[in-house]
Amino acid sequence: MAMLSFERKYRVRGGTLLGGDLFDFWVGPFYVGFFGVSTIFFATLGTLLIIWGAAMGPTWDPWAINIAPPDLSYGLNMAPLTEGGLWQFITICAIGAFVSWALRQVEIARKLGMGLHVPFAFGFAILAYVTLVVIRPILMGGWGHGFPYGIFSHLDWVSNVGYQYLHFHYNPAHMLAITFFFTNALALALHGSLILSMTNPQKGEPVKTGEHENTFFRDFIGYSIGALGIHRLGLFLAINAAFWSAVCIVLSGPFWTRGWPEWWNWWLELPFWS
Amino acid sequence: MKTLNRNTVILAAIGATAILSGCEAPPPESIQNGYRGLQMQTNYNPRLLEESLEANVPPEPIPAAAEGGPLAKDTYKNVQVLGDLTVNEFNRLMVALTNWVSPEEGCYYCHVSDGGFEDDGIYTKIASRKMLQMTQDTNANWKDHVADTGITCYTCHRGNPVPEYVWTTDPGPGQPTALAPTGQNIASATVAYASLPYDPFTPFLLESNDIRVIGDTVLPQGNRRSIKQAEWTYGLMMHISDALGVNCTYCHNSRSFYSWDQSTPQRTTAWYAIRHVRELNNDWVVPLTEILPESRKGPLGDVYKVYCTTCHQGAYKPLYGAPMVKDYPSLQGPIPEGGLAAKKAAEADAVADAEEAPPAQAKAEMPEAPAPEATADEAAAADEQAKAAEPEPAPEAAPAEEPAAADEQVKAEEPAPAPEAAAEEAAEPATADASAEAAEAEAKPAAEQPQQYPPRLQYPPPSMMRYPPAPLQYPPAPQSR
Repeated sequence: MAMLSFERKYRVRGGTLLGGDLFDFWVGPFYVGFFGVSTIFFATLGTLLIIWGAAMGPTWDPWAINIAPPDLSYGLNMAPLTEGGLWQFITICAIGAFVSWALRQVEIARKLGMGLHVPFAFGFAILAYVTLVVIRPILMGGWGHGFPYGIFSHLDWVSNVGYQYLHFHYNPAHMLAITFFFTNALALALHGSLILSMTNPQKGEPVKTGEHENTFFRDFIGYSIGALGIHRLGLFLAINAAFWSAVCIVLSGPFWTRGWPEWWNWWLELPFWS
Repeated sequence: MKTLNRNTVILAAIGATAILSGCEAPPPESIQNGYRGLQMQTNYNPRLLEESLEANVPPEPIPAAAEGGPLAKDTYKNVQVLGDLTVNEFNRLMVALTNWVSPEEGCYYCHVSDGGFEDDGIYTKIASRKMLQMTQDTNANWKDHVADTGITCYTCHRGNPVPEYVWTTDPGPGQPTALAPTGQNIASATVAYASLPYDPFTPFLLESNDIRVIGDTVLPQGNRRSIKQAEWTYGLMMHISDALGVNCTYCHNSRSFYSWDQSTPQRTTAWYAIRHVRELNNDWVVPLTEILPESRKGPLGDVYKVYCTTCHQGAYKPLYGAPMVKDYPSLQGPIPEGGLAAKKAAEADAVADAEEAPPAQAKAEMPEAPAPEATADEAAAADEQAKAAEPEPAPEAAPAEEPAAADEQVKAEEPAPAPEAAAEEAAEPATADASAEAAEAEAKPAAEQPQQYPPRLQYPPPSMMRYPPAPLQYPPAPQSR
């Protein structure tokens, strides 16, 4: 892959967190760095472990392959490989790969003198995952509370966990998370269509710029959040979606064992209208 | 800006406190009920469980009565149900009954104080006689629900003349509204505070409307039941969950609610339980309508009736499975000629003989019977079921509905004795035994069903993942943990 003439300007030394100059090089377009190596290591090992688990399992149907966590009876201990131990190692690999990926983003950002917004945002995705497979299982006292790695099996997990609290849509944090996910989609749709409408003007018209964007939205809803603001809003919506997802599941079990509808009894018990 | 920040922090703190104060402290106590990672499990808050355990302790049994002596019917007048008991056993039961039902009101809650004990001139005596028969009938004929644990008066009454948890048909709140009454959309305790229909009991525990609304095909092919109907079913299920202190996954794998072969054995018990409660209400409780006073009736004039909470009261087994009835043989079933001594002798004989008829009889009368067992590895449960069903072919054939596997089964052997019963109940799948399944598969075409076009794709498709047999762990009685 050929490098564009101006790209060399940005391929500067330094900015690494670990490894100094040792891994400070590029392979093709990709920056490597220590965390590039560790990402490759964890991702490959984890994937191979999944394949190994599938080989030991009853099926090669990609929908049905299931690497399940240990029985609850193992608590927070290690389990035999074929009875959930594999899940534990794959979890370690997954977290290793995700965190390495985030730190690689940090290194690149430092190299370029940027802010750390990208790894910060990605961190919320990692947080949601770690909440599911580490924080909540620890709070509930067993690795068996983590979700299994498999396409159908993780859906079954989601369904059954929801029904453990009778009606999960009454979970207030779940309500927030859903709202943020949907609003996030709405904002991205509005933003994407607006930008494309500026760069694809009607026949014979010149390409439009920011003033047209602002004017459209002022005419439309009386307010334009602005070129920078829409990205602040987008980031806010996205990280809140991930954050409240993590909150809604960490509440369910560790901090609430009954049906979620019942949680709202504080409302029914408020004095002045009960 | 500074003020804004401070206000934000204060608001956030108040919000966080509000959320947390409504919550519980980790860790909960979890009981795995299915394959690892499947998350079929029951979660208990240890503090609430402790409270529930303390609230569900049976009273100490009264020491056994001395054997022998005259019979109650020869000594007392007007002893219609317990006449074949010895006087000692009879009086012991009366004392126990008083402790269980009217500890404060005493004997004269059910007896006329100046009319002699034989006087039937008080409605409570008529009612308690009926309730005694009901208890005996339950313990003898509904072992599929109450097993050998059985029930006593205390199971429901807990020291109250009227059981604390009863229901009457709910006409709904009286507020004026622009909408037609929907029977739902209030936070009702009967459905665990969801907005589901707040009286699922009248249609399902008194009347016998179809509880099962789910389709058994992947595509909507012929199932005309609506989401509205499903909400009534969910209302009943919410009540069951709440009454037993469990959640949906205690009985169901939510990936396929209807499928018996992915459900837990507890679902079989619940299936019988629903029929049992329906019978309790229709055969024993409603007939008391004429004699009971208004204070024992709801706003529509129907009597206080039985639902799951009446006995369970938040425990997956009433009193957490304490086997009370073993100390009161007089409640274990209708007392035969010759009293308990004769019963004991008969039982000794019966060990050698074949099965007793009553349980099977009761099941044969029912319009439909469920899958006797959900998983192959439940040897004990399977044994019990098989034994109970043996004398009567009908219930064995009826549950044998395995839509998913129907095609494969068609080739199989000759029809079982009751193919008609099977054909009518097209909604009861089971993993039961192969011959019964075959019977169903053969019976179905014979039932003149119109040709389905396009071919019905059954759910789950045969190739779909089945979890390997789960190490099913029955929740142990919490006090033994």
